[in-house]
Amino acid sequence: MNPERIISFRNKWFTYSVGLTAGIAIVSIAVGFIWLPSEQVGRPLLGFWYTICSAAGLIRVPPIHEQVVQPTYVTTRVEIVPRMLRHASAESIGRGATLALRCTMCHGVRGVSMADTPNLAGQYPTVIYKELVDFKTGARTSAIMQPLVADLTDADMRDLAAYYAYLPREPVSQSSPGEIPRIVADGAPMRGIAPCGACHGELGAKAGAPWLEGQPAVYLRTQLEGFASGARHNDIDEQMRNVARGMTQQEIDSASRYFAGRP
Amino acid sequence: MLNSRRLVLAHFWFAFAGFGAALLLGEWQMFVRSPLHAWIGDPELYYRSVTAHGTTMAYVFPTLIAMGYGYFVAESALDRPLIGRRWAWAGLALVAVGTVTAIVPIALGLSTVLYTFYPPLIGSPFYYIGVVLAVVGSWIWVALMSVNLAAWKRQNPGVPVPFPMFATVAGAYLWAWTAVGAALEILFLILPVALGLRSTIDAGLARVFFSWTLHAIVYFWLMPTYIAFYTLVPRAIGGRLFSDQMGRISFILFLVVAMPIGIHHLFEDPEVGSGFKFLHSVFTALVAVPTLLTVFTICASVEIAGRLRGGKGLLGWLKVLPWRNPVMLGVAFSFIMLGFGGAGGLINMTYQLNTTIHNTQWVTGHFHLIFAGAVVIMYFIIAYDVWPHLTGRALDSLRLMRVQLWLWFIGVTVLTFPWHYVGILGMPRRMAFYDYSDPAIAAQAPWVVASVIGGAIVVLSAVLFFCVLVRGQLAPRVEPGAYRFSVAVHPPRNLPAALNGFGLWLALMVGLTVVNYGFPIANLLATPGTAVPAVLVGASR
Repeated sequence: MNPERIISFRNKWFTYSVGLTAGIAIVSIAVGFIWLPSEQVGRPLLGFWYTICSAAGLIRVPPIHEQVVQPTYVTTRVEIVPRMLRHASAESIGRGATLALRCTMCHGVRGVSMADTPNLAGQYPTVIYKELVDFKTGARTSAIMQPLVADLTDADMRDLAAYYAYLPREPVSQSSPGEIPRIVADGAPMRGIAPCGACHGELGAKAGAPWLEGQPAVYLRTQLEGFASGARHNDIDEQMRNVARGMTQQEIDSASRYFAGRP
Repeated sequence: MLNSRRLVLAHFWFAFAGFGAALLLGEWQMFVRSPLHAWIGDPELYYRSVTAHGTTMAYVFPTLIAMGYGYFVAESALDRPLIGRRWAWAGLALVAVGTVTAIVPIALGLSTVLYTFYPPLIGSPFYYIGVVLAVVGSWIWVALMSVNLAAWKRQNPGVPVPFPMFATVAGAYLWAWTAVGAALEILFLILPVALGLRSTIDAGLARVFFSWTLHAIVYFWLMPTYIAFYTLVPRAIGGRLFSDQMGRISFILFLVVAMPIGIHHLFEDPEVGSGFKFLHSVFTALVAVPTLLTVFTICASVEIAGRLRGGKGLLGWLKVLPWRNPVMLGVAFSFIMLGFGGAGGLINMTYQLNTTIHNTQWVTGHFHLIFAGAVVIMYFIIAYDVWPHLTGRALDSLRLMRVQLWLWFIGVTVLTFPWHYVGILGMPRRMAFYDYSDPAIAAQAPWVVASVIGGAIVVLSAVLFFCVLVRGQLAPRVEPGAYRFSVAVHPPRNLPAALNGFGLWLALMVGLTVVNYGFPIANLLATPGTAVPAVLVGASR
């Protein structure tokens, strides 16, 4: 075999293969970036360059000044990332304990409620922090909580979260849980509802989702109904609103009773 | 010349052991979420099983087959001892250590991220490190294939590289470049989060990197099968390879166009522009070309065998083919499944048709039909063909082999066709629980049960496969003689340099990758605010 140069325009293998590949790529690019996008029905003519950039996936401000739709309510601003608020210092817990004196009326001296408000002892710090911030910004509304958090600083809210997370979680249940309701165990796949435990413990835990065992049934039911009606809307991706909207009143009642009865 | 028998055999046994275990997991998954079994109550167990099944079947089993078969081909085709046998053992050790490192956290429930990783889900760092170790082990194989070819070329200047080695090295280079995408994803995006150095991840960019690997990896799984089509089948059924050069062109085409097409897995993803989706769709369609060339060449080679056996007329040669020969049976089954699977693939790569079946059980059916069907059945044939040369003992359970291959063909068909169908009906894939008491999906229940039965037949076939190998191990010693590859009708004497080396084709492969992936990756890297909070698997708070 002769020593033959491959990378050379005299070598037909080189010219044909490179030419063919480049040709296919160029034609595909012309079709995919210019022709097809400009043929799309219902798409306003935004110019040649805009069409190409859009097909390439560039994010550009539309030339027509479209109004971006804003929600009619305040949305949560808390972004929860893994490992957030872990390893609180003793000072932070101590400051939180002092601040928590004003919460004892409803949430109990040791974070265990006698007033159908949530038990906070041992709750995840991210959950407490997020709800406090949401009350403060107005993302979550409550005539009682909002005045109480109005003067709290960000550090105060972190300290409170650290303190309640530090308190031992106490098994409180007012009733027996009974048999696990279908909606809790399996969710409702055909309605896009995951089992409660997929986020709220047992099967899995997602950042930002509280544990629910032993929380007052009235509180749980009110919150689910609030999510279903949209009165409560501080779930950033609407995950709880979507779940609650799909639940029947009977399912809301049974799930609330079940979790309230769990130690 | 076959000196590294133990090395090759170790690869094959490790591969098939993993395959056997993962197969049982697969059938268990089918069973527990079918109407035949009550809901297990804990999706976590199901996803652990899926992750272990996928990781073993996708990363370990085919990689070890490709490596072991590669070493076998290198020694037999180049007729010289393998250079770097110690390195080869080190590569195998890395794959073994990587597998264990990856599987343990899965079993502990710390890495139920499925083998496709799915960021922003983040599992235990050991899982990803295990996968990386396995890939590094396989890169040693890539290097050894390259080194052995280069050494042979130095000794034999100007002589055409034996086709089996040419094809093997093409597969090795394809894998080397293919694995880069997932490696970048793991090293730069996932591991920093898994190790706790970062708490957010650009899931879109990670998916683009993974798509780089995800499609071409299936062609890497296909490589041993295609090598067997060309170099084993014609010889084993008493024919000639129709064209050596056509074979080389097919493997070259795989090398160039199999890689930069993975964005067709991201048709529903918003982070990639529609223009690039179209571009990748076009190049995906082109991959049909080397497959069609192969089907043509192998059918022609089989026809030669039929004519040599006295077959006459338009189709008379089909009747006289050696149908009692397991290789003949295997290649026929493989082609049938490849045909249906390939036709389904055309639907997946078409933007509009894909919207109907995206993320449904159709997709699961598709890749099981191609991989478990067309590809793995040829892995069995490879094992049957090379085993006597590795063990020095005859495999004479021909009847058992035929039954095994029939069962595999029937099993995979019964497994995957209903999967395709329920996919068209809209059944989503990768769900742990389907509520068949709901009237909306109750009608799908019989089809799902059929799939479970198909899976059981597949398991039975695998049991027979192991029986054949074990019986072979217990058989008396024989002298198998030198291993022979297929001979072409016109063995190449004077090849164009382009068909005897890889420089041009590697350059085209990398160049096309830059064209097809360069901008989407650069764009995502340059766009701020694309990272999302990671979701740690197994983290309780």
